[in-house]
Amino acid sequence: MIWLAFFFGLLMLAPMLLPNNYYLTILILGCLHAMNAVGLCLLVGHAGQISLGHAGFYGLGAYTSSYLSTTVGLSVGLSMLSGVALTVVVSILVGLPSLKLKGHYLAMATLGFGIILSILFTETVDITGGPSGFVGIPRLSLFGWELRKDVTLYRAVAVTLCLIVWLAFNLLHSRVGRALRALHTSERAAEAMGVDIARYKLLVFVLSAAFSGIAGVLYAHYLTFIAPSSFGFMFSVELIVMVVLGGMTSVPGAIVGAFFITVLPEFLRAFENIEVLLFGAILVLCMMFLPDGMAGGWNRLWGWGKARFSGAVHG
Amino acid sequence: MDSVILGCSGVAVRFGGVQALADIHFEAERGQITAIIGPNGAGKTTLLNVISGMVTPSHGALTFEGRDITTLPAHKRAWGGMVRTFQNLEIFSNMTVLENVTMGCHGRLSLPAWHSLLRTPKSRRLENEVRREALDALEFVGMADLAQATAKDLAFGKQRLLELARALAARPKLLLLDEPAAGLNIAETQILADLILRIRDTYNLSVILVEHDMELVMRISDSILVLCFGQNISRGTPAQVQKDPKVIAAYLGGDED
Amino acid sequence: MDPSSLLQYLITGLTLGSTYGLTALGFTIIFNTTGVINFAQGEFVMLGGMMSVYFMHSLGFGEPAAVVLAVLGATLAGALVERLAIRPVRDCPAINLIIITIGVSILIRGLAMLLWGKDTHVLEPFSGNQPIMFLGAAIMPQAIWVLVISLFLLGALKLFFSGTIHGKAMLACSYDSKAASLVGIGVQRMVLLSFMISALVGAVGGVILAPITMTSYDVGIMLGLKGFAACILGGLGNPFGAAAGGVILGVLESLGAGFVSSAYKDALAFVILLILLFVKPSGLFGLKDSKRV
Repeated sequence: MIWLAFFFGLLMLAPMLLPNNYYLTILILGCLHAMNAVGLCLLVGHAGQISLGHAGFYGLGAYTSSYLSTTVGLSVGLSMLSGVALTVVVSILVGLPSLKLKGHYLAMATLGFGIILSILFTETVDITGGPSGFVGIPRLSLFGWELRKDVTLYRAVAVTLCLIVWLAFNLLHSRVGRALRALHTSERAAEAMGVDIARYKLLVFVLSAAFSGIAGVLYAHYLTFIAPSSFGFMFSVELIVMVVLGGMTSVPGAIVGAFFITVLPEFLRAFENIEVLLFGAILVLCMMFLPDGMAGGWNRLWGWGKARFSGAVHG
Repeated sequence: MDSVILGCSGVAVRFGGVQALADIHFEAERGQITAIIGPNGAGKTTLLNVISGMVTPSHGALTFEGRDITTLPAHKRAWGGMVRTFQNLEIFSNMTVLENVTMGCHGRLSLPAWHSLLRTPKSRRLENEVRREALDALEFVGMADLAQATAKDLAFGKQRLLELARALAARPKLLLLDEPAAGLNIAETQILADLILRIRDTYNLSVILVEHDMELVMRISDSILVLCFGQNISRGTPAQVQKDPKVIAAYLGGDED
Repeated sequence: MDPSSLLQYLITGLTLGSTYGLTALGFTIIFNTTGVINFAQGEFVMLGGMMSVYFMHSLGFGEPAAVVLAVLGATLAGALVERLAIRPVRDCPAINLIIITIGVSILIRGLAMLLWGKDTHVLEPFSGNQPIMFLGAAIMPQAIWVLVISLFLLGALKLFFSGTIHGKAMLACSYDSKAASLVGIGVQRMVLLSFMISALVGAVGGVILAPITMTSYDVGIMLGLKGFAACILGGLGNPFGAAAGGVILGVLESLGAGFVSSAYKDALAFVILLILLFVKPSGLFGLKDSKRV
């Protein structure tokens, strides 16, 4: 918990260390990506499932809130809540039949679902504005107070991220987290101890979808413009890359992975078109040589450092 | 209170072309230790899997405390008080000994998930209660000092005790033991036998055990069910079963006519 | 609805479906030999078309040579994928393998994007553009090439698996790899062979379809997914089912595009896939799994 407080402090101080507002955009996007990644980390690393369509939930939240706050005319707050609520409902409907599937069947089902949503976002032009996007989304506002300044909006986003991380942490250190670890090791034994495996898998799936939905509504009302290309298969893959890079079971790793992947394109500006190649390479190399991701690498470095230090002290 | 805790009637199991169990009828009495024995391939573990809900029978019915549980999912049987151990140890190897045993309490001491999500005071009190119960179970089997050890680092005999402690933490009404003595030497088996008797008396529960070790079975069982090639060939007290010519033939091979 | 339109859609469907079927066959061959679903299968299809375009337009080869080189190139890619990405991690948990093959798929796509850009390309049809009129429907000569080559390839594969020693060895590996290696079958070589054959089959599918549907660096993913849907439709593991599933899917998609809406035609394949996965994962011709506890 201590590091969470430290992380929160870091996030709050960050804007003061940045030279200009452009970097604030990166920070905000990084936080939003991290929200997605934390949820996916719970799903992949702890519940042992896979979802190749999580961008769909991100987009569902974004488009629903956009539609409700413009065409339907609801308040921003109500639209955002509804956006998250719809995402949760859809995730339950999709999760119930999907989570009975295993391995590549589940991967394909989530992939198919993500692509269907992507096609829907592109083709239902009357609702979503089609491939050219949805314009005129109202800016994020809390209880009628519009967050005009980017810095204020960033702080709201950062607080939300910390809240989500807090929830994730609580879950992992609770009896639910224990049950997840148990069913990861031995589903039979977990079942014999009374763990309702189907229910827990659904719980984590829905929770991760909710986190993506929350990120989605914030994204829409921050950017005030959204397009279907942001919520397609490539983004689902980016999310997987973030989680794999961070270390599939590590929530802090997922956050670091998210920020890393968000910042990476900035460094690759000089090399056009290399992003896709790089993501593929990261996935393959990580899974082959560094399956625990950066978190695993960090743990090993820490352990090595401790051994050296205690060696120096005793030796 | 009904004296029968578990009833099997007409249970049959088919795996593809193999008839693993055929027409099994038996009842386990409350408070007794019922053993299921038979030569290899007799279907003993399959029967235990049917009872615990890991395998669905193709025919027949199962009752637990008088209620029909034939189609009840395995985890719900655990909630109802039926807990099992496994022949090939299924401990949670990456968790500590204490965490393993607390999993035993999972079905019994539970709260809706949102308590865990928000870390409510209620959830913290529950955690403390679960911890206490787990430690009690560990003390009963004599492993309280190993609470913080990682499960996969334990010696085999201790891992067996761990599975037992985990099952005890669930305060079951019916304990299903799948070859608990497998891999134990004579001394360890003796300790196990005493432990099972002590468990039955202290926790006031019923036991069904599948076992190969005849000494253990004859010493602690109140009733024995003998299976051979998926069929029930004998039932009775240890004394009766020992003298049954059908049982002797099944184990030693009958005369070729 | 006039019969000539229906015939038109059917022919389009059969043409498309042949490529889905060949892609599905590629999935099936690798799955049968290794139990792995190779997410990169669609990229082999893409490589077939794109490499043909490259050899012909950029390097100036004649079309027959370009096509042959492209298929060989894709087959080589398949071998490389197996050697470099799959063989080292054969015993990984399933989820790792899934992520690796996804990574490979993206890697190949990224390379294609880097080498050949994002444009769509047209490959010249094998024997010209003059449509043949048949019962009121206009059939492109390329469509006939697609059907003929697909059938030929199917026949060749059937002969390979039931007639040659290598083919039978691969089948043996799919039934029980331990037993297969005990009788002297080099399982690793069979796995390599399976990847190469799958890549070849996929690439042929890509090459013959490219003149009709155009090709670009990112056609792989849709084709791969639809190929997988065809696999599931026909019953995973059943080569006949894969081919049939592909054809059925192609025809359904074409009819859907023609009579309902062409914008959502891609979604149709995935809706079918989802319904299948939820309701009958064993597909039309698949066998039910009987599991041992």
